[in-house]
Amino acid sequence: MNRTMSLVCGSAQKWTAAITVGALAAASLMGPASAEVGPDDVKIDDGVVAQPIADQPGDAAAGREWASGRKLGNCLACHAISDLSELPFHGEVGPPLDGVADRWSAEELRAILVNSKTVFGDQTIMPAFYRTAGLNKVADDFAGKTILSAQQIEDIIAYLLTLKE
Amino acid sequence: MKKSIGLIGSAAIAAIVAASAVADPDDNNLVIEGQSLVSETTAPEGSAFEIIYSGWRFRSPETQVLETDDFENPGMVAVEYGYELWETAAGSSGKSCADCHGAIEESMSGLRAGLPKWDEAAGKPLSLEHLINRSIKEHQGADAWKWESAEMLAMTALIGLQSRGMPLDVQTDGPMADWYERGKELYYARVGQLDMACANCHEDNWGNMIRADHLSQGQINGFPTYRLKWQGLGSIHRRFKGCMKQIRATPYKPGGDEFTALELYVASRGEGLSVETPAVRQ
Ligand code: HEC
Ligand code: HEC
Repeated sequence: MNRTMSLVCGSAQKWTAAITVGALAAASLMGPASAEVGPDDVKIDDGVVAQPIADQPGDAAAGREWASGRKLGNCLACHAISDLSELPFHGEVGPPLDGVADRWSAEELRAILVNSKTVFGDQTIMPAFYRTAGLNKVADDFAGKTILSAQQIEDIIAYLLTLKE
Repeated sequence: MKKSIGLIGSAAIAAIVAASAVADPDDNNLVIEGQSLVSETTAPEGSAFEIIYSGWRFRSPETQVLETDDFENPGMVAVEYGYELWETAAGSSGKSCADCHGAIEESMSGLRAGLPKWDEAAGKPLSLEHLINRSIKEHQGADAWKWESAEMLAMTALIGLQSRGMPLDVQTDGPMADWYERGKELYYARVGQLDMACANCHEDNWGNMIRADHLSQGQINGFPTYRLKWQGLGSIHRRFKGCMKQIRATPYKPGGDEFTALELYVASRGEGLSVETPAVRQ
């Protein structure tokens, strides 16, 4: 992680330059791997985001919630997940996520969630969940906001890592 | 089950499916009041599809059957209101639509199938709502109706019904060519926080379930459509707006140039399908 570029505190949505400066100062005292990375600063190299983007480790139970909630990840809109079979209506647009931990590492999953186009290519229908740049005609309520927060991304990764076959 | 609700299954058509489709359209035949409609046909030239299907083919049998019987079709209430409006004198002319146009079965037959159409005076293509409002203002001398008003929906449903069973066929060349291209651009343009285009859902994923919804090819041959979710009729542009909102995009304005261009392009993708107005969807 490029710490001089990428440190932010608070939620991604409230990101401002002023906060970044403050976070930079604080982070240099706190040491590595302890601050959130803003959507413009996530480094995706070869389909991998090497470092966590949130300041807390991912919580799999919370991630399970985010993945199923219609207003949040809504992963179920497109993916079937057997572990969530108590919920109705799993989509068929993407592949089932069962066993996804056997196919992808945490670092790869992070890249898929942050911006799936960097892994699957520009044609993919899967939304970028942690990206604000390069979008068009975003509704006012969502302008400048990411679909999920950095912490929610890490939580979902923790949850996906439990999906082994 | 199928027989008891009046749908005729046809196993013969079942074989043709797009490679990406998992849950295919069903193979029911659409017969409304004894009239057979085309809900599946060879795609027009240059199409992304091999076969095009009406959205009716993706709906549940419970929803489908509502469209096959005019007494069951909840959109017919608006059609009744449309007849009333057709015969009611209004505006500075003191005339009704019927006074100038006579029997609607004749004067408005075929109109819906060819819309939007080029209008020399306006210098652009016009949708049915535009044409109605122009006549109300210029000939009847009354106030225009709002795009999504009960009056407009009733009249577009009534006029559309006069083309039921006729194949969609729109002009896309000549002065329409630029509008067609603009509509096509919009169809493939990624928009909204979810960064999707119409094509992502209706071209790449028709036949698939997206959560509880069975994705169709997004055809507009049934509009205005009675949607159970809306508890009423809605226009083509309202549907476009809803789809854009789903992906958290700022929709274009109903009646504006963008949606008119998009309507033209989407209509052209459905050429050959029967007008189903007023269709019923979930
Ligand atoms: C609108 C559709 C859509 C949504 C919503 C969506 N995805 Fe996907 N996803 C896809 C598609 C399609 C693919 C397959 C790659 C491709 O074809 O582009 C995919 C692939 C994946 C993969 C790789 C799967 C494998 O087995 O190789 C993972 C992991 C994944 N998605 C996770 C998620 C998570 C987690 C969420 C929610 C936070 C989510 N997706 C939301 C459409 C979607
Ligand atoms: C996120 C997926 C998605 C996107 C993107 C999308 N739609 Fe839809 N659309 C749906 C769903 C779901 C339905 C309801 C089920 C169906 O008929 O496909 C629907 C329905 C429709 C219908 C009604 C079909 C009928 O038979 O009544 C039309 C027309 C339509 N969409 C056009 C569009 C256009 C034009 C765009 C782009 C501006 C668009 N859609 C973008 C998901 C989408």
